[in-house]
Amino acid sequence: MAKVTVDGIEVEIANGSSVLQAAEAAGKEIPRFCYHERLSVAGNCRMCLVEIEKVPKPVASCGQPVADGMVIFTDTENVRKSRRGVMEFLLINHPLDCPICDQGGECDLQDEAVSYGRDTSRYEEGKRASAQPDWGPLVKTTMTRCIHCTRCIRFSTEIAGVPELGATLRGENMQVGTYVDKALSSELSGNLIDLCPVGALTSKPYAYTARSWELRKTDSVDVLDAVGANIRIDARGAEVLRILPRLNDDVNEEWLGDKSRFSVDGLKRRRLDRPWLRENGKLRAASWEEVFAAVTNKIKASKPERLGAIAGDLVDVESMLALKEMFTSLGSPNLDCRQDGAVFDASQRGFYLFNTTIAGIEEADALVIIGSNPRHEAPVLNARIRKRWLAGHFEAGLVGVPHDLTYPTTHIGSGPDAITALLDGTHPFAEVLKAAKKPMLILGAGALTRPDGAAIHAAAWKLAAQFNMLNDDWHGFNVLHHAAARTGALDIGFLPGPGGKSTAQMLAGGVDILWLLGADALDTQAIGADTFVIYQGHHGDAGAARADVILPGAAYTEKDGTYVNTEGRVQQGFIAVKPPGDAREDWRILRAISAYMGHALRYDTLQELRAHLAQTYPLFALTGELRRLAGANLGAPAGDRAAVSAVPFEPVFGNYYQTDSISRASPTMAACVEAHYPNLAEAAQ
Amino acid sequence: MLNDADRIYQNLYGQQDWRLSGARARGDWNATADILARGRDAIIEEVKASGLRGRGGAGFPTGMKWSFMPKQSDGRPSYLVVNADESEPGTCKDRDIIRHEPHKLIEGSLIAGFAMGAHTAFIYIRGEYYNEAARLQAAIEEAYAAGLLGKNAAGSGWDFDLVLHRGAGAYICGEESALLESLEGKKGMPRMKPPFPAAMGLYGCPTTVNNVESIAGVPTILRRGAAWFSALGRPKNAGTKIFCISGHVNRPCNVEEELGTPLKDLIEKHAGGVRGGWDNLQAVIPGGASMPILNKEMCETQLMDFDSLAAVRSGLGSGAIIVMDKSADVVKAIWRLSKFFKHESCGQCTPCREGTGWMMRMMDRIVQGKASMADIALMEQVTTQVAGHTICAFGDAAAWPIQGLMRAFRPLVEQRATDYKPAQPLAQAAE
Repeated sequence: MAKVTVDGIEVEIANGSSVLQAAEAAGKEIPRFCYHERLSVAGNCRMCLVEIEKVPKPVASCGQPVADGMVIFTDTENVRKSRRGVMEFLLINHPLDCPICDQGGECDLQDEAVSYGRDTSRYEEGKRASAQPDWGPLVKTTMTRCIHCTRCIRFSTEIAGVPELGATLRGENMQVGTYVDKALSSELSGNLIDLCPVGALTSKPYAYTARSWELRKTDSVDVLDAVGANIRIDARGAEVLRILPRLNDDVNEEWLGDKSRFSVDGLKRRRLDRPWLRENGKLRAASWEEVFAAVTNKIKASKPERLGAIAGDLVDVESMLALKEMFTSLGSPNLDCRQDGAVFDASQRGFYLFNTTIAGIEEADALVIIGSNPRHEAPVLNARIRKRWLAGHFEAGLVGVPHDLTYPTTHIGSGPDAITALLDGTHPFAEVLKAAKKPMLILGAGALTRPDGAAIHAAAWKLAAQFNMLNDDWHGFNVLHHAAARTGALDIGFLPGPGGKSTAQMLAGGVDILWLLGADALDTQAIGADTFVIYQGHHGDAGAARADVILPGAAYTEKDGTYVNTEGRVQQGFIAVKPPGDAREDWRILRAISAYMGHALRYDTLQELRAHLAQTYPLFALTGELRRLAGANLGAPAGDRAAVSAVPFEPVFGNYYQTDSISRASPTMAACVEAHYPNLAEAAQ
Repeated sequence: MLNDADRIYQNLYGQQDWRLSGARARGDWNATADILARGRDAIIEEVKASGLRGRGGAGFPTGMKWSFMPKQSDGRPSYLVVNADESEPGTCKDRDIIRHEPHKLIEGSLIAGFAMGAHTAFIYIRGEYYNEAARLQAAIEEAYAAGLLGKNAAGSGWDFDLVLHRGAGAYICGEESALLESLEGKKGMPRMKPPFPAAMGLYGCPTTVNNVESIAGVPTILRRGAAWFSALGRPKNAGTKIFCISGHVNRPCNVEEELGTPLKDLIEKHAGGVRGGWDNLQAVIPGGASMPILNKEMCETQLMDFDSLAAVRSGLGSGAIIVMDKSADVVKAIWRLSKFFKHESCGQCTPCREGTGWMMRMMDRIVQGKASMADIALMEQVTTQVAGHTICAFGDAAAWPIQGLMRAFRPLVEQRATDYKPAQPLAQAAE
């Protein structure tokens, strides 16, 4: 620890900290443009200059390490003069087009100019102008506004692991760019917009849409993958305009995947805003009364064991609980949340959670990825793995489709038989795992959807047990889900009851009435022609197209909802806007229809529902926090690990950008597919 | 005047053979193993005692710099990097050393490398020095063939490799940390300090960067002794230095002289005097483009060493003396330097990136007579906003020539001031 004095305030701070950190510890604000806590120190903006006793020149506080007894001044006349000088230099070639700049209102340069800028410019020479390169459909460039802080370069090189940005030319002609014009290929490219302290990089889809001060900001949780990134929903009136990441060091740090950020325009398109009823083979608009009557009559006319329900990937826990309890009261055991057809042992939480936790990745020293592409299935989590790799002494192996994960991986094999090779010790990577102190494995949820899913599950667990991953203080077995609803659904047992039918059985004519709660990722063609399909959801996607009755529900931005991320972390999102038209929050629809059928659910308000949820499943009483499970004494999942086949793993997603009903409705995501998967886009047309 | 016998560079003018045989005849490589046998500490002490100061421009004591290198390796190798990126306008001393005395540099590298525990040294040579690089490479190959480099170099028991690397022609790569970046294959941009290269330099390993002239002088200093070297020159400014005299003199030349020699002697005795006689002298830039300019009055008595020039707020720099007679337009000359610095700024940090362009444009207006007194005052202020606020010394180097001009030739600059007012474009109202 070093003792330093900042403006007369004595603070103690760890050795190796910077002067800037010491100043922050003393409660002094230091203006900065290039410095960012999560990026390497560049020291190039020179805005954070401070004075240090016995040092003749002003010192850039971001890069200067503290020394014991250092006396720092952050607000002397000299310091202010230096910063005013730097600010003047930044502004001489900055276009001052604030009135038409999207960064206006949340611009660091604007904010600092209030403190350190002059009222008029002394610069009478010509200003610099730059070309506006095209970086693809997400990030809009206005490089004339660039102040060359290099945050974007450092982010893409260090965090995103896609070193495609750099500076060319030098001096005042220096240009930040992609060398050759191209669309940014990172799944985290939207974070460049947050990082850019000025309006050089702004959101292309959001361009000229709104001013930051017009927006209503609501905290929520992302549902487009299973990481549960913390987000802020910015809305104006009834419209969600953009989504930004919120700080949570345990989950997403301050990053957000492009799909989660830019799919917002999908929330306005293809929406189900009124009930629909199929008559003579065609859907017609109907009233709530009509559809309630139709559903009730159908269900009453059917035997309970001929009823079935499948929950989709974006659904909140409350709605699933309501649906489950309604079906239980109707006497039907046919429930399944695994619309992808996965069958595996979910009898213990440890069997299907990301037990190491996302933050826990940073403790691991070896990793095996089985049948997953975390870069597409959970880009923010993948960034955490890269962060661990950058810290050194970390090796990763991959079983499945080889892919650039932004860190090097040893390709162990393409099919699950490679797990057997590791167990037998015939593959050299087994030595790496043996030598590791805290090894971990990631089993992709996609691997569990295969016919030999249960066998892979058992084999992976055996791998974990054999290679010291299951200890009292370390749980290295992880399932990486890609559906936000899955973990919560498994937690409340949205699974076939005794004698109940699984997804595959329900689709294969096992039921007469099939209730799809936001389930779109199943093969609707496989549903028997005689099955009466009730689709409850928010988008006119695959499920709605097959439906006989459509109950319009709410998207995640339009309801208070509880979600459990892949780690098992219970998180709550809040309602940002009302559902469109006649659409309603899903649990309300279920509550209303249950009363209509004479099996009224026992809760009238969300509070009562949540209290009931926490009472029935105590883990929901704890939101936000997470207790890591111990790895030892858990038994093992059922499944014959010898039954694994040699059939190679296949990618779970054809492309990263369109994986669910919201992103499929988004024009921005369609543009991304066009930019990055030209073949797919052509096929779709 | 320096005795011929006391000159380190006996073949500065290339009248003798530059090859190994010629170098041996001049005493190079003579019992190098015995010098190394004195041990690391003894060599560093001897260099410290000699009072040798870095010849690249900053004048930091060379022996002390070497002593910052770790005595015991923590597992990382140490490196010596020789800075042959001689790009300071007016400077051509390293070029002649490399052309005519390459073995002095190679032997010096071995001794210096040994003294700092480095088994590998890199010579980073300016890209434009194509012929020089070819000659130096030939000399290195000669040395390898003769067993003077490589395993058990010169029979000393010390393994030593020397690698020549050509730059691509950027002034900023002469700044030591930018040089290291460039040597690592990155864009040549200076690093933040701390950490200093002695702690984290090339590839994150302890590194010392020395100028060619500093390193090439070391073998002679060790052979003739610290006492001989420190007896030359003035106190705290010991030894000899190669001065590069150019501009409006009758015989532009490189000359090795004692530090502290009067500027007038250098010009009159070695360079054949100012064109048109001493009284025709207008100005002298004493240490390469970045050092503040001196007017004639200052030149009369000026001694050429680090401390004497610092006393008049100029500097010895690289020892490049640029002489201007009365036919020169000094304001335009400084504008040309501003243009050079604007062109060579790496663009990394704000004051230099934006300030060099601004200064150049204002100098341009002053030269054209399109500047008012207020503009001149503003320009002076801008130079102070740049100098001292940047990552490396380039900001200072860009500001000093203008500040020097204002100190030495203020009346001349103010003569150019007019009641000029730039046209206000209508669009500005919208900003």
